[in-house]
Amino acid sequence: MNANARRSAGWTVVNLVVVLYALFPVWWIAALSFKDPSTLTDGDFVPRRWTLENYRGIFRTSEFTRALLNSVGIAVIATTIAVALGTMAAYAVARLRFPGKRLLIGMSLLIAMFPPISLVSPLFDIERVLGLFDTWPGLIIPYMTFSLPLAIYTLSAFFREIPWDLEKAARVDGATPWQAFRLVIAPLAAPGVFTTGILVFIFCWNDFLFAISLTSTRAARTVPAAIAFFTGSSQFQQPTGSIAAAAMVITVPIVVFVLLFQRRIVAGLTAGAVKG
Amino acid sequence: MAELVLDGLTKHYPDGAVAVRGVDLTIGDGEFVILVGPSGCGKSTTLNMIAGLEDITAGTLRIGGRVVNDLAPKDRDIAMVFQSYALYPHMTVRQNMGFALRLARTDKAEIARKVEEAARILDLTDHLERRPAQLSGGQRQRVAMGRAIVRAPKAFLMDEPLSNLDAQLRVRMRTQIARLQRRLGTTTVYVTHDQVEAMTLGDRVVVMRGGVVQQVGAPQELYDHPVNLFVAGFIGSPAMNVLDATLENGALRTALGELPLPDGLRQQLERADAPRRVVVGIRPEHFEDAALLEHPRGGRTVTVGVEVVESVGSDVFAHFTVGTVGTVGAVGTVGAVGTVEGGREMVARIGTATRAAEGRPLELWVDTGRLHVFDPSTGATLTRPGR
Repeated sequence: MNANARRSAGWTVVNLVVVLYALFPVWWIAALSFKDPSTLTDGDFVPRRWTLENYRGIFRTSEFTRALLNSVGIAVIATTIAVALGTMAAYAVARLRFPGKRLLIGMSLLIAMFPPISLVSPLFDIERVLGLFDTWPGLIIPYMTFSLPLAIYTLSAFFREIPWDLEKAARVDGATPWQAFRLVIAPLAAPGVFTTGILVFIFCWNDFLFAISLTSTRAARTVPAAIAFFTGSSQFQQPTGSIAAAAMVITVPIVVFVLLFQRRIVAGLTAGAVKG
Repeated sequence: MAELVLDGLTKHYPDGAVAVRGVDLTIGDGEFVILVGPSGCGKSTTLNMIAGLEDITAGTLRIGGRVVNDLAPKDRDIAMVFQSYALYPHMTVRQNMGFALRLARTDKAEIARKVEEAARILDLTDHLERRPAQLSGGQRQRVAMGRAIVRAPKAFLMDEPLSNLDAQLRVRMRTQIARLQRRLGTTTVYVTHDQVEAMTLGDRVVVMRGGVVQQVGAPQELYDHPVNLFVAGFIGSPAMNVLDATLENGALRTALGELPLPDGLRQQLERADAPRRVVVGIRPEHFEDAALLEHPRGGRTVTVGVEVVESVGSDVFAHFTVGTVGTVGAVGTVGAVGTVEGGREMVARIGTATRAAEGRPLELWVDTGRLHVFDPSTGATLTRPGR
């Protein structure tokens, strides 16, 4: 009992240290976002005078709101397409034997391994020629390309877990291949699809490199890139407060959203459990 | 309900492997047929071809008089029970059993009625709203059966449906399946590797090996008159004992000693134009402890050194080894089971009153009238009555 208590106390301390270490910068940013400009540089980790002025400030101009719209739109569309294509490709990879399967997997690995920075300048030229530069598709396409390997990998692992027999059973029960996929396979793969969706979404949402290189105006500039263009209210003011507030706005809702949905969707679906 | 006709059914895989070669089989309406054989013998492939889950390379398959070679599984009107049960984990028992009807756009009330009726037959009424994960192995097995019977299909196909159950439950479910099949009278093809299941369940048993049908017949017929060494070794437990032998002056010279042949067998061998070197098969129950026989009718008594004695209550199994008489050693090559190098392990099933003991010699009586003799080069039987 005593040893047990000591051990759990030990674990608590370790966990606490890890959590503090990880969350300290987040808290710092949060604190900055609530400080008013005069106390911004006072070095305190708890604001002495709380204010929402920074938040009001970023929503006052369209610079941030437009970027937020771009971010949400581009990330959602890129995620949807990547997951839809990834699901089909992963299903094929997991289920079918076709010539060039290894090549396909190899190619997708290759894409994932390529340092994106090396592709930025060619992409920039290509997109300018094609008229995609500084447009939504101009970001959606590279996001999709770079997240597809990830999607195919995670999803094919999920599909492999689903017993082949289930699909055969569905076909003998009178299902067309599409019905078997929709009514039997897809519901079972849903946790995987959702997990993959979250990963892809976060990748698109957080990307800075493509966002800064392939946009030039508010037409397609996403939040991470837009933050870099923040200016203070006057030219003598640091935009630190606004940047902190913008960072909070794009981070917190996503974290909450993901946590909530992951619990509900994944828990609900794995209760029936594949295999038994 | 319908007749199933397999005509030269063949399956080649793209890599050149041949899984099934020219299976000809007519399964009558309402008949219960078992496909049995060791793993890789093509029995499951045959079943999958009937179900439509595998393409048929050559030959034709007719269900109820209609050629269905190119029909999708859903258009063949057959139900299948899988070894893994393949229950849909995200659906309740009720939804699992009603899935096929739902796909067929059956009326909701009708689905409920049929599912409840099947549940009553299978004693699943209390579990209809549960998910497969909440059920025991036996219950899952029954749900899988239920999913097949609600549809009243033309035929049931069962792919080793009992192999995931523990021994006791397997025996119980075996009887239940037999009873259910009689009651419904639906044509059934049942695949198993377990020869006990094959013997007890089927109206007829099809023994397969290497994609080729070896013998088709009623269980007792397969047991009494196996057409070749493989069937002889596969059907029966413990397996038939096999020995190399030389045919000389109407007697068999074997490592057990000389076994004289009764007239009936001798005539059969002559008719079959038997070679000099043969393989002789003796079922374990055709031995007996000579001390237990008051008047040995015919037969022959030999002495063996008993190595292991196993009592199973109703019988005693005495295990012993006899040396090979330096001949062809053909027994192994034609696929009989239960043989070892450098001597043959043999087993005799004898009465419980025996005084046989491990490490002691035992006088064994051999019923020479029940011997089986096989051609060592082909494995085919040379002792077939009335040919």
